[in-house]
Amino acid sequence: MTAPAGEEREGRLAENIVYFARALHTAGIPVGPGSVLDALEAVKAAGVGEREDFYWTLHAVFVKKHEHSVLFDQAFKIFFRKRGYLDQLMAMMLPQAQSVPQKPQAGSSRIQEALFSGVKDQLKQEEREIVIDSRLTVSDREVLQAKDFAQMSAAEIAQAKEAIRRMVLSLDEVRTRRLAPARRGHAVDMRRTLRASMKAGGALIDLKYRGPKTRLPPIVALLDISGSMGEYTRLFLHFLHAVTDARKRVHSFLFGTRLTNVTRALRAKDPDEALAAVSASVADWSGGTRIATSLAAFNKQWARRVLTQGAIVLLITDGLERDPDDRLAFEIDRLHRSCRRLIWLNPLLRFEGFAPKARGVQAMLPHVDEFRPVHNLRSMEELCRALSSERAGQGDPTAWLRKVA
Amino acid sequence: MAAPNAQLNKAFHFRGSSTRYGLSKGRLVTAPHRTAPQSIDDTLALLASADYLADRSLATVLFLALRMGRPIFLEGEAGVGKTEIAKVLSATLGRRLIRLQCYEGLDVAAAVYEWNYAAQMIAIRLAEAEGGVDRDRLGHDVFSEKFLIKRPLLQALEPDPAGAPVLLIDELDRTDEAFEAFLLEVLADFQITIPELGTVKAAHPPIVVITSNRTREIHDALKRRCLYHWVGYPNAERELAIVRAKVPGIAKRLSLEVVHFVQALRRQDLFKSPGVAETLDWATALSELDAVALDPATVSDTLGVLLKYQDDIARIEGSRAKELIEGLRAELRAAE
Repeated sequence: MTAPAGEEREGRLAENIVYFARALHTAGIPVGPGSVLDALEAVKAAGVGEREDFYWTLHAVFVKKHEHSVLFDQAFKIFFRKRGYLDQLMAMMLPQAQSVPQKPQAGSSRIQEALFSGVKDQLKQEEREIVIDSRLTVSDREVLQAKDFAQMSAAEIAQAKEAIRRMVLSLDEVRTRRLAPARRGHAVDMRRTLRASMKAGGALIDLKYRGPKTRLPPIVALLDISGSMGEYTRLFLHFLHAVTDARKRVHSFLFGTRLTNVTRALRAKDPDEALAAVSASVADWSGGTRIATSLAAFNKQWARRVLTQGAIVLLITDGLERDPDDRLAFEIDRLHRSCRRLIWLNPLLRFEGFAPKARGVQAMLPHVDEFRPVHNLRSMEELCRALSSERAGQGDPTAWLRKVA
Repeated sequence: MAAPNAQLNKAFHFRGSSTRYGLSKGRLVTAPHRTAPQSIDDTLALLASADYLADRSLATVLFLALRMGRPIFLEGEAGVGKTEIAKVLSATLGRRLIRLQCYEGLDVAAAVYEWNYAAQMIAIRLAEAEGGVDRDRLGHDVFSEKFLIKRPLLQALEPDPAGAPVLLIDELDRTDEAFEAFLLEVLADFQITIPELGTVKAAHPPIVVITSNRTREIHDALKRRCLYHWVGYPNAERELAIVRAKVPGIAKRLSLEVVHFVQALRRQDLFKSPGVAETLDWATALSELDAVALDPATVSDTLGVLLKYQDDIARIEGSRAKELIEGLRAELRAAE
């Protein structure tokens, strides 16, 4: 083989890998220029021999998450079979690709329409008016605070959204096993002590201390998006978005008849953008509720991945299970045992006469640490406060049951 | 200052060697130092020489990691042999294995280095007793390398005549983000900065193996610096080879049935599927019980070796186990 030919081949290979990386990127695998260089280096190291080796070589460099393996597999199969398949590839596997202008899928556009059209325009207009109105008076705010989300007009919803955005989760702290310098700690910080005493030539030993460090626990939210929760879901999504924005480790899941992880979608800074992304990724809006099935899916696939390090679970549902059976009690019990605190937020609790008649509610109540209403801004604020401290007893389900009885 | 020094060195030595991971429990014997494999086939053969039967994808990643000097990030369910890879690499390449077991609250003092405060105090007292303390000198003396207790990460950067060691950072998902962030510097440049002493840089970067059980997501920044591989459950053929290699003396029929039973279990809707480690434990247990084939009673009695959740055991025990055994026998007969 002559030198130029070899060089040319290498050039073609590099070109191919760059194209392939771009295809992967559009497919939703985060591939940067750094990994393209890595890939070239790797292919040079391993040599282009058999197809399988080539496959795993690229896999080792480009795939950084188990979920991405499937995408990679499809992309590889199509890309390296024939040239010119690139466009087809992109069109095929990219429902979530934002950069490629394409026809939106029929289903998603319908969902989008059903969810946002009309309402959105209306909201936009109203919002503008509110801005001109400037601040609300105190009494206005009072009224808004107590008003049920379900009875709000579009303008009021917009105001509520604003209020939710301003809600600050104060610091909820969990002791970790890590120690940090502290004025009054329980352990002597030898390192700082020694360094301080060196300053004095070792004549004085002034003890420095370390105490336990605290941090915010992760929050996992499970939000019911079935038909019966219809009026509330959007505001709760805004709430979750605000929480995701403020805290580091928040995982959000939506469930109706099946479970969807929307954590990534909610990370978008702009709430409208985030909610649009959420609605695009969910297929079972306003349908029935299968709480047990959804919880089972969560327990099986996600619990061990997101419920570590003392997570708090917010379960937002009305507890109206479509097909109640023993599984619900079993699954909620398992969920309860695998998290630090399970808080059930139920919008139906606003009704004075709400009694735990529904079988789903009865099955779930014994297994939650806290049971609270969320149907207006005040209750949401109370929730924020409750998340901030370990005030046990408040929202205790047994106390509530006694009151109802 | 001679007396405390001797004591010091002893203490230092003791701590240093305690992190040296013993391979005594396995049957692996440290081979003489050999060079890194030259091809993927070579890597496969190397692993096989220590009874580690890897699939080709894993061998490719290992080969690339050794070639490119990159850390390997292994993720997968518990008990699929992630930690074992590091041990096997160290044994077959004749390198020292340094293990850092992660846990919540792991800090620099336990992972990287710590000063030997007791010895420092004694040194200061002695200097005082001698009189004429020069403060700067003393400060310099007290924070010198001989008062340093090296923890796994720092040990891994030290030169070793047998070649750069294998650094196993086990179950990284157990620690917190702060420690991950610290690892970034170490893994990118293979250097560690000690404020009182300066920067320590490895002449030859260690072979780094990071494992995670995925109880939380590791940050992308860290993964980006590594070659990623998901270690899955092996297929029946490979699992059978593993069982026969690791449980010598097991009856042929028993090993076949054990493997197919476990493979069938993994297709069930269980909370926690059994890993390869559980398969090996179970095969050993049955072998100890002198079983030559599976029977429903023995399976039900020993199910605790395979399944670790009461709900899972309750689901499989009894009639379900019997069905599974009958199913796999029919399958095996058909294959013959």
